[in-house]
Amino acid sequence: MYFSPEENSKVSAAERVINGAAVTLRGIGKAFGDRQVLHGIDLDIRPGEFVAIVGRSGCGKSTLLRLLAGLDQASEGELSIDGSADDVRIMFQEARLLPWKRVLDNVSLGLTPAFRRRAREVLARVGLADRERDWPSQLSGGQRQRIALSRALVHSPRLLLLDEPLGALDALTRIEMQQLIESLWLEQGFTAILVTHDVQEAVALADRVLLIEDGAIALDLDVRLARPRERASNGFSAYEARILSRVLSAPPIESSAASTDAWTPGIAHISFAI
Amino acid sequence: MSIRKNTSLPHLWQKLLPWSLPLALVVLWQIAAQTGWLSSRVLPAPLDVLKAFWTLAVSGELWRHVLVSAQRALSGFAIGGGLGLLLGLATGSWKRVETLLDTTVQMIRNIPPLALIPLVILWFGIDETAKLFLVSLGVFFPVYINTFHGIRSVDAGLIEMGRSYGLRGWALYRDIILPGALPSILVGVRFSLGFMWVILIVAETISAQEGIGYMTMNAREFLMTDVVLVGILLYALLGKLADLLARSLERVWLSWHPNYQTR
Repeated sequence: MYFSPEENSKVSAAERVINGAAVTLRGIGKAFGDRQVLHGIDLDIRPGEFVAIVGRSGCGKSTLLRLLAGLDQASEGELSIDGSADDVRIMFQEARLLPWKRVLDNVSLGLTPAFRRRAREVLARVGLADRERDWPSQLSGGQRQRIALSRALVHSPRLLLLDEPLGALDALTRIEMQQLIESLWLEQGFTAILVTHDVQEAVALADRVLLIEDGAIALDLDVRLARPRERASNGFSAYEARILSRVLSAPPIESSAASTDAWTPGIAHISFAI
Repeated sequence: MSIRKNTSLPHLWQKLLPWSLPLALVVLWQIAAQTGWLSSRVLPAPLDVLKAFWTLAVSGELWRHVLVSAQRALSGFAIGGGLGLLLGLATGSWKRVETLLDTTVQMIRNIPPLALIPLVILWFGIDETAKLFLVSLGVFFPVYINTFHGIRSVDAGLIEMGRSYGLRGWALYRDIILPGALPSILVGVRFSLGFMWVILIVAETISAQEGIGYMTMNAREFLMTDVVLVGILLYALLGKLADLLARSLERVWLSWHPNYQTR
């Protein structure tokens, strides 16, 4: 079973109900020992906004997401999210499913049995209702990420953090997942922050693209394209080219980043080293 | 798992094949004993061993000894294994407990439990407590080390995920840490079940009035080699039984693991 793109346009951007959380960062900095990873980050994210954070390997974009998720504490500055810790859910690069729990039990992790119905509904929404009795080891990479996505969504988060969740998927599955994430974001009205190394993915999904360079925000660009976005359109390509040229204009932060490059530029999309 | 090239071999025959060599050996052994090549003082004929087994079983003497031995083994396993599990969980979960205890445990671990026999006899005399102590001590370390290692090797990413999904304290332990450590813990259990019989055999041959070890030592006094062999075979059977038990535990508790899923 695969997610069908027709379901994509259930809710259009105009009639969307917004219940996302606002995020405010003031002078946020993070250092690991002597190494300053982030400094002087000021950021206001509106409720329901979809923000993509791009940047070269080691620029600090994942660190920023971990601060937002509460997995790490900022060394300086103020971070506020208008909601409790339960309103924030994160999706990791690896699915991080519990191999000893069946799919449905993974989705309803940390919830009372009363929520199992809701868990089933969300599973059906990502197109995996028939796999609820399977072990995670029996699923493909894309299916695992869909399970991880439904595990996050069962909690009805007001802020969903996505840490390169599609980085390890093949190109086709990745586009399917992007469409799924977009339609769920439109439906449920949460705020989404996506860290990615894929500029095309950022332009396809985000209202706003942030580029982080040397631990600071180097570019903050609103993407004014109607949804669903047509990847082949001129407007799309223009945004993609503009962000890419800005990324490539700066010298690499780490010379070693290039040597560990696992992502070669393809025809359909261009990626950075992770 | 194995690559089968010859699929024309009937299923039953394939199952019997591993047993053909032991069977041939037993037949050869019977012939050797019957023709007098092999003195019954060295090895009694297989049929005589069977006869001895039958006589002991009918008189009920055999079951009394087996029951006593099994009781000793299992209570020793429960005490030693239980303590090993608890201590392993504690040292694995809390750095401070590890700093406090682990060095000591690692030192004691390198003493073979059987080397303590003279001391154990001095402490507990030659009654049940001494045997229980030896078995518990032998079983303790495999369970302890594998539990400790299991807890330590739980994927940190899963623990982080659990925390970020609101799991705290016991819930985190129950849903992530314990199941993650379980494969390693079961390796310890299986290892210690084997070790349990080794220790018990020695403990029972030192001094006992009941049990399989006593039965064989007693038979040796009277040169009843057939009964000695019955005792040895019993240990083999019970060891195999314990291993089967551990395997079925693995199959039930690790059914999620790709290695244990039915192919």
